[in-house]
Order: sequence, then structure tokens, then C-alpha cells
Amino acid sequence: MAKIGVFICHCGENIAARIDCARLLSAMDDHPGVSVSLEYKYFCSDPGQENVKKAIRDNNLTGIVVAACSPRMHEATFRKACAEAGLNPYLCEIANIREQCSWVHSDKDKATEKAIDITRSLIEKVKRNNELQPIEVPVTRKALVIGGGIAGIQAALDIANAGHEVVLVEREPSLGGHMAQLSETFPTLDCSQCIMTPRMVEAAQHPKIELLTYSEIEQVDGFIGNFTVKIRKKARYVDMNTCTGCGDCIQKCPQKKISDEFDCNLGKRPAIYTPFAQAVPNIPVIDKENCTYFKNGKCKVCAKACPIDCINFGMQDEFVNIEVGAIVVATGFRIQNTAMYGEYGYGKYPDVITGLQFERLASASGPTAGKIRRPSDGKEPETVVFIQCAGSRDPSKGVRYCSKICCMYTAKHAMLYAHKVHGGKAHIFYMDIRAAGKGYDEFTRRAIEEDEASYLRGRVSKVWQENGKLIVRGVDTLLGKPVEIEADMVVLATAITPQPDAKEFARVIGIGCDEYGFYNEAHIKLRPVETATAGIYLAGACQSPKDIPDSVSQASACASKVIGLFSRDRLEREPVIAMNNEAICSGCWGCVVACPYGAVEKKDILSRSGELIKRVAFVNPGLCQGCGTCVTFCRSNSIDLAGFTEKQIFAEVMGL
Amino acid sequence: MNEQFEPKIVAFVCTYCTYAGADLAGTSRLKYPPNVRIVRLPCTGRISPMFILKALQKGADGVLVSGCHPGDCHFTSGNFHARRRWTVFRALLDFTGIPLDRIRFSWISAAEGVKFAELISSLTEDIRKLGPFEQYKAMIHETETPVSL
Repeated sequence: MAKIGVFICHCGENIAARIDCARLLSAMDDHPGVSVSLEYKYFCSDPGQENVKKAIRDNNLTGIVVAACSPRMHEATFRKACAEAGLNPYLCEIANIREQCSWVHSDKDKATEKAIDITRSLIEKVKRNNELQPIEVPVTRKALVIGGGIAGIQAALDIANAGHEVVLVEREPSLGGHMAQLSETFPTLDCSQCIMTPRMVEAAQHPKIELLTYSEIEQVDGFIGNFTVKIRKKARYVDMNTCTGCGDCIQKCPQKKISDEFDCNLGKRPAIYTPFAQAVPNIPVIDKENCTYFKNGKCKVCAKACPIDCINFGMQDEFVNIEVGAIVVATGFRIQNTAMYGEYGYGKYPDVITGLQFERLASASGPTAGKIRRPSDGKEPETVVFIQCAGSRDPSKGVRYCSKICCMYTAKHAMLYAHKVHGGKAHIFYMDIRAAGKGYDEFTRRAIEEDEASYLRGRVSKVWQENGKLIVRGVDTLLGKPVEIEADMVVLATAITPQPDAKEFARVIGIGCDEYGFYNEAHIKLRPVETATAGIYLAGACQSPKDIPDSVSQASACASKVIGLFSRDRLEREPVIAMNNEAICSGCWGCVVACPYGAVEKKDILSRSGELIKRVAFVNPGLCQGCGTCVTFCRSNSIDLAGFTEKQIFAEVMGL
Repeated sequence: MNEQFEPKIVAFVCTYCTYAGADLAGTSRLKYPPNVRIVRLPCTGRISPMFILKALQKGADGVLVSGCHPGDCHFTSGNFHARRRWTVFRALLDFTGIPLDRIRFSWISAAEGVKFAELISSLTEDIRKLGPFEQYKAMIHETETPVSL
């Protein structure tokens, strides 16, 4: 026999002003199954909760309904009170008569009627609630960090320094990511590689970090605390254990005319190469597509050059499976395909380059050893035009968002150019200058005031070539006049976009992404580093365009989440999960199709002699997130969702 | 006396988007008619067509199903399942003679308190114009076989 307690909160005047609480109370008194009903000014207060606990103990209640504010506010409070009074916390329901009743209706009579209906229907529900126990799952104290850019390295180092094991996976042959490509960084003009490479070395030498470069994630299974990850270690054709990184093979390789990706195709590299001089690990890799041996079956010059015989043309991709408890995704970004802006002539005129290419020109390790030279003829450009928002904030190009870092790096480029080419003139076309950040606005002011960059507010409509010059036609909206500038070089501040395979990869690891392919956080304000999938966290520009300090802070935030997760032996989870009644399951696998988490497995039911009787669905309690989609799919009515069972919901509807 | 007909509307909503949106309408002190009774579920994917039938059987004049916008589902794809299920189910409803304009399907995010209030206002008006849903009660009366729990 149900003995339900109903607690009607006045919430000061918030509820009592619009709802006749006395009438509500007497309506509940008469409801079958209700053994006690109370009203109070603030049930969420300490004395209020004492009242609830006392009523539960004195009346041996089998369930309670608190008619008060939204369950999103105080469900946890009252569940705790239940537990303290010896009642299973899941035998508590909250009737939302504040946010969804007293605050939104002005007619007191009708509001009271609605409050009675809401409370009554939840009494009917709570009568059918079951005692539930939190689910405990073990935790593997080892983390996987995907992406070896600055965000991934920072997250890996922070987790490893807390004493936990980390596997750091990078798909390129070296750690470093985009930060290793940069010349200097805003707003201090620190040399990027000088601050980056010590971190790369620290990560590679850390006793707790296992580094897997030139490797990719193939598959992710499991759930928070218990992920199984399959990693493909791509064949380098160079034995990592014996190679000393002497570089003889790189010197001798006869194929030297391959576009260098690290230099953004401004330089050339051989077929056996390390991406850059400070690469970590400093072990070369053979580019199979461009290697003469792999193309023609003859060459092997590198193998002959190697003094310790560590080149192996027969090497195959290897697969490894690892068990981890948490995953940090730090897969970074790409810059937008500039071919979209045909009117700016990128690809047609060699002296129209991207911001990242300018970084390589300005970098001491770049193809021109840090001298600003035009790609076409190697001359020093006397006039350079920088075009901001070349792609960003342009709905017609499918990028409505601001790429966030371009205003700052364009100001930096103008400064670097002024420092390296004395007497050179920099013109910058901009839409708005967005320089929010510590020391950022001062930095752009310096570009304008000290380094005399000329900022023109307006867009560029066309770039074309005439007598060896690039003619840039735009508009200065502050003067209200069209402008034409004869330039030697044009630099496009191209949009930051997600990795081309970001959406596919989101499916592999089971997280969400937005329309562009940037990964979704669990809550944009309050849970910005967690994903909707428990145990998977986001760091850096894979979530949205970010500069280095933001990426590093987010990476450290991820690390603190992971360390927090690893501080426990076992995890407790809400028991709102699907359960299958194997006796009536027909094995139609509708649930398997429905489940967004792959939580439903096929289980064999065997007879005593080991013969297969039938196959049924089994819901993995660690993976199930409790959406209930499978319940609605179930043809045999065997699956049900704890906390929201068919019986509970039908009763709730009948109670209305 | 010409008292206005007050329809009864049952809303099945997901807890992450529309329920939160309804809470936001409350915290923003927006006003809307008191005709809707909300049933909270984890996800629209959990909403069985049987719930809608049950609500109509119990005397609801209208039903609302609302969840997260496509692509925004907390559970990744529950709302897609709900949408597909609804497209199939509405054909069946139509076949059985239940007017489709008594059932509304919509997307309301946790940030759309205003949209929630507006939707409830317009839905209440629309259902009020349709009048009491006597037809379903008549159908139940004819068959006398209540839907089993």
C-alpha cells in the first residue's frame, strides 16, 4: 500500500501569491494513497528539509512529491533529504509549480487547478517508482590525448605530472601542430618554436607519457573510465628503435622536389624527411607516395646511406589496442581552402599567400630563413596588403563565425614586416578589429602607431596583376571612397576551419559537432571542456577557433577534469538507464538500431548443455546514458527505462 | 452565459531542451495560458506514440511533443528518432480519423523561453477554435476496449 507524502512549498510569495496553497493542500489530502500533506514557506531551507525528513520517518512513507520549483533547481536537495531519512532517493518526484505554473499564469483559480493536476499526476507516478541504486563502474587510471599540438601536449603534461599514465597520439610524424609553424607569437613577439620545442621534448621524455606519432585513432569503444581504443601506427619505413636521427638518409635522397607541407608548400623536401629541424621524435619517415623506390621499385639510396641499417621497406601498419579511462580530444584546426576566393587570385598569382604562409616566410626556420621574400621572384616586397576576414564572417562562403585570431596575427604580421623590411608599407583591410585579451588592444595600437601599418576599414573586391604588380581594389568605408593599391604581395587572413575529417572523427569517438564540424561541449558556459559523452573532453581549436593562451588554459582545464576523474577507484552514475527483460525479449534488435551509444549488445542465452537457446538484447549499464529511445523501439515491450518506466508515465498521464 | 471553452493540452517534452525552455519562460516571468500540462521525459526519443493516444483517451483536446532542435539533442539522435516516428505515426492517425491539427510537433531549445510561451499561446488558441475533442471519446465509447497499461 502506497504511503505518499506531499510537500507544498510557498517559496515565500513566489508560489503562494498565484496559487491557493490551502486549496492545493486539501485537494491532495483527499487523493488516494496520500498519507501526509504539509505546506511550508521554504521547504528547501534547513528546517523545511527537517520537516520532510521527520514526515518520512514518522509516517513510514513509500514516496514523496515536493510541489515547489523546477526539479532542475532542487531535485538533488530533496533526494538527499530522502536518503538521510532512510528513503531511497529515487522515490522522490518534484512537481514544478513555480517556473511552469505560478510564475507564468496570472489567473489564480486556473493556476491552482493546474498545480493540482501537476501534483496529482506526479503522485500517480511516484507510486510506481522503484528503488534504484547508483551504478558503480571501475576507472582505468590512464588517459588518451588525441593531437600533439600545444593543447594536446599541455593536457598530456598536466595529467602526467599528476602521476597518471598518458598515451599521446599525433597523426603527423612529429609533435608540434600549428604552433611549431609560427614565427613569433602575439602579443609579446616571443619566438614560437623557442617556447614550443622545450614542451615537445618534455612530453617526449616524460616517464609517464607514451608517445605515438604518425598514428591515428581507428576505433573507440567503451564508456567513462573504461574505453578501449584501437590505434593504427602507420608504417614509417624507418626503425624507430635503432634510428639515431643522424639525417644521412635525408641528405642522400635523390628525390628533392616534393612540396613541403610544413612550409605550406613554399619550400621543397625529399621523400625521406623529418617535417622540421626540431622534430620530436627526430626520426625520419618515408613519404610512400613520392618515394622513387615505392614508385619504380628501384633506388634504396637512403638504405645504402644509413650507417646502421634501420630502413625497412617492408614495414606494415601496426594496430594496437589500449585501455584508457578518459580521452582528451585536441585535434586542432585547418585553414580554409582559399580557392573559395577566386577574386583574390589565390593559386593564380604566386604572390597572393595565406597568413600561415607568411608565418613560414617570417620564421627563421622557414624556406627564406626569416627574410620576407616574394614567392614568385624572391624580391623583397615594398608594399604588402593584408586582407582580414578572408573567409571568416562571410555567410556566402559558409563561415558565419569569427576566426578570432586573425585580427591579432595580422597586426603581428604588419609589425614583423615593418621590422624586417625597413621602409616597407603595410596596408590592412579590416571589417572590425577584435582585439580582446590581455595586452591585445595595446598590441594592435602598436602596429598602427609605432610600426605605421595603415588600417583601411572596408572589403576588397578584386585582386589582379598588372605590370608585375598586384592591384588591390577595395573600399575605405570611413572615407566612403574606393581604393586601389599597387602591392608586391597580398596576404589573406584565411578562416580557421575544423579538420576536414572532423565530422567523421566525431562519429568514431562518439561526440557531437556543430554544423561546421567544431566539437560540441556539454554546456557552452558551464561545462565548456566536457562533451555530452561522459569521459571525453575537448581542448584547443577543435572546439572553436582559439589562440594559444586559450588553448593552453582549456587543455589544463581538461587535465584537471581527468585528474578529478582519476582521483576515485570507482565512479557513481545516475541509475536512469534502460533494462531488458530477457524472458520476453524477442531479439528483433530494434534497440540496437535505436541506441545512439552502441550500449545494446547481443547476448547468448545458453542451455545447461551449452546449446544456444536464444539471443537477447543486453544493455551495458556503463554505456547507457538513459535517453530511452530503445524503449519506444522495443516491439516485445521488454526494455524499460528506470525512473521513466512505461507504467510510471502512463500513470502520470492518467493522473492529469 | 457564454463561457469560453478551456482546452486541456498535454505536452510531452524532453528534460534537456524544452523542459528547460519552459523553466526559462518561468524565470523570465513570461505569461501564457494555463491549459498545458507538461510530462517530463529524458528525451523525445522516449516518447511512444502510445503516450499520445493515452493522453487523447484521457480527455486531452490537444497534444504537444517538443524537444531539442535537430542536431542539438543531448543524446545525439533521440530527436531524429522521434521525428521519424512522428512522420510514420501521423499517417496512421490520419487513417484512423484523428485530426492531425490536434497534435503539434515542435523544437524548443533551453534558450527559447519566449518561443515556448508563444507556442503555448498559439497552440491553446488553435485548439480552442477546434473545440472539445468529443470525437475520440465517442470512439472509445463505441469500442469499449481501453488501452491496456
